[in-house]
Amino acid sequence: MTTLVIDNTFDDPTRRAPLVLGHDRFGTVTEKICSISEARRPPRAWYIAFAISLVFAGIFGVMILYLFATGVGVWGNQNPVMWGFPIVNFVFWIGIGHAGTLISAILFLFRQKWRTAINRFAEAMTIFAVICAGTFPGIHLGRVWVSYWIFPIPNQMEMWPQFRSPLLWDVFAVGTYFTVSLLFWYVGMLPDLATLRDRARTKVRAMAYGIFALGWRGSVRHWHRYERAYLILAALATPLVLSVHSVVSFDFAVAQVPGWHTTIFPPYFVAGAIFSGFAMVMTLAIPARQLWGLRDFITMRHLENMNKIILVTGSMVGYAYLMEFFTAWYSGSIYEWFAFANRAFGPYAWAYWIMVSCNVVIPQIFWFQWARRKIAVMFLVCLLVNLGMWFERFVIIVTSLAQDYLPSSWGYFTPTWVDLLTLAGSFGLFMTLFLLFCRYLPMIAMAEVKHIMPQANPHGHAGQEPGESEAGR
Amino acid sequence: MNDPTTTAAPTDRPSAAPPAIPREPGEVIGKLYGLLAEFETPAAIMVAANRVREAGYKWWDCHTPFPVHGLDKAMGIRPTILPWLVMAAGLTGAVTGVVLQWYTNATNFDAWFIVPITGYEFLVSGKPMWSLPANIPVIFELTILFAAIGCVTMMLLLSKLPWLYHPCLKNERFLRASDDRFFIVIEARDPLFYRRKSQEFLKSLGATAVEALEA
Repeated sequence: MTTLVIDNTFDDPTRRAPLVLGHDRFGTVTEKICSISEARRPPRAWYIAFAISLVFAGIFGVMILYLFATGVGVWGNQNPVMWGFPIVNFVFWIGIGHAGTLISAILFLFRQKWRTAINRFAEAMTIFAVICAGTFPGIHLGRVWVSYWIFPIPNQMEMWPQFRSPLLWDVFAVGTYFTVSLLFWYVGMLPDLATLRDRARTKVRAMAYGIFALGWRGSVRHWHRYERAYLILAALATPLVLSVHSVVSFDFAVAQVPGWHTTIFPPYFVAGAIFSGFAMVMTLAIPARQLWGLRDFITMRHLENMNKIILVTGSMVGYAYLMEFFTAWYSGSIYEWFAFANRAFGPYAWAYWIMVSCNVVIPQIFWFQWARRKIAVMFLVCLLVNLGMWFERFVIIVTSLAQDYLPSSWGYFTPTWVDLLTLAGSFGLFMTLFLLFCRYLPMIAMAEVKHIMPQANPHGHAGQEPGESEAGR
Repeated sequence: MNDPTTTAAPTDRPSAAPPAIPREPGEVIGKLYGLLAEFETPAAIMVAANRVREAGYKWWDCHTPFPVHGLDKAMGIRPTILPWLVMAAGLTGAVTGVVLQWYTNATNFDAWFIVPITGYEFLVSGKPMWSLPANIPVIFELTILFAAIGCVTMMLLLSKLPWLYHPCLKNERFLRASDDRFFIVIEARDPLFYRRKSQEFLKSLGATAVEALEA
């Protein structure tokens, strides 16, 4: 068990705080991170978590089969709320999937070197979240056997998708996002897969990692292209991250429904996505660093930085909530104003106030330094943010549809047990994939962590102690 | 560190399959691929790479566990053409996006694309058949998609990867190239390569070990 020997949360402007604690050398970094996936058995907690996740993933599969066998009537989706849980869950999961690429691409372009400790599993989380997200609109189609109609593939109707619909833009945005995130994750992992291949002690491991490492051997001629490719991918992924949730928000903003028809939606959705994504990264990072002793890599400084981002994006989301009200009032449209007054004080007021308290009020605790550095506090806040962000999507979708223009067609949405179990099941799928990733793949980008260590600077003294150099930022 | 060639291979890593015939490390039985020199720090390989380049070698490479800043310049590697290829891929994506949407939503003529296809004129709210603003999101996404796939594919192909077999990967010592050691490999096909001379040269650069690589 290593202890924090250096307080890297203290900012001294004359000296960069080290990002890797514990007086590591390159070899010990490799050893500490590889040993997680090389261990004969993972910790007992992993087995327990995996068993629970697997059960819920199974429930997810059973619920989807039941849905296919019976029809979408098994859900609470009912006139006038035709977009119930499936779309709420879709937007929730796709939002979570934004943190990974934000950390890997945008923070990379901004040269935020602290991202190296968390980018690998934030990216993994992104991919698994997008898998969960993509499932929901897929099973929401009703006639799943003709789901290929959403792609521009010649079909028996001799018709094509209607490219002026935001729902179709979603197909392209989410599809591109998934592909690019997967490529980014995989390319970043190539050198680390090669490390696992070179350390493999059994033939099976050497072959499995060897095939996926593609024969990577750390040639500087390859690194040269690799670094350029990584930079280009980051530059491509940055506008992509911003576009994906903007396109998702168009699903609503382009419609005429009061409460949806708002120009603030794209930036508001993007801020919310980053907010919820970071909360989920924290929710996974805190147990992972405790369980596998990664405190030297995911240091208190990393956690504090993420808490600051949660505070900022949470406040942006709060600003968007207020601005929506202002716009509704200022528009002079009685329908707009009713939609928002109804959100806060109507039949769904309980959901609205859960959303406001979890997303806006509670994260304000991160103004205090002790809260940003207290594991229990930040874990609890992040769980509540996850909850609040799910309710945000619920509030936007359900309250707007349940009471729109005609009082005679108003209704109240109630989810069925299938809705609830499908939502719980999607968490099971997400956690199952994430736990498998933790077990078999390098959880931390070893090559990148070595790159930011002070000893990696070829112009400095070899073997410097961390903290004596200015290489780490 | 008296004679690096006879230093035993690192023993802290149990080998998967020990060689059948016991032999000195670095002793080549098959065809010679090149010479492998090991360095312990980024600074050491930086100095050495500069010297190898100055000596005029052409078929040589450095292997490092992470990209050492400035080492590509020290080796004299010219900038890659990758960005131009990515731009071409991105433009292909943009053109695909325009043509795809225009043909499928704004035309009604027959064409042949793997199978016979026909355009379909969608009339939406009396708007023009072809109105570019509504088509921007898909054009943008396809640009990014093609560029990203092109970027990764080209990066690998330019590096001649995937290539699972390589003489370096057979060497026990070389396995630390993905861990914590830095290597220079001079290939036997280099016009300046002479077994003894090049070996002495690599030793003079401060290598902690020099070994021959079997092809």
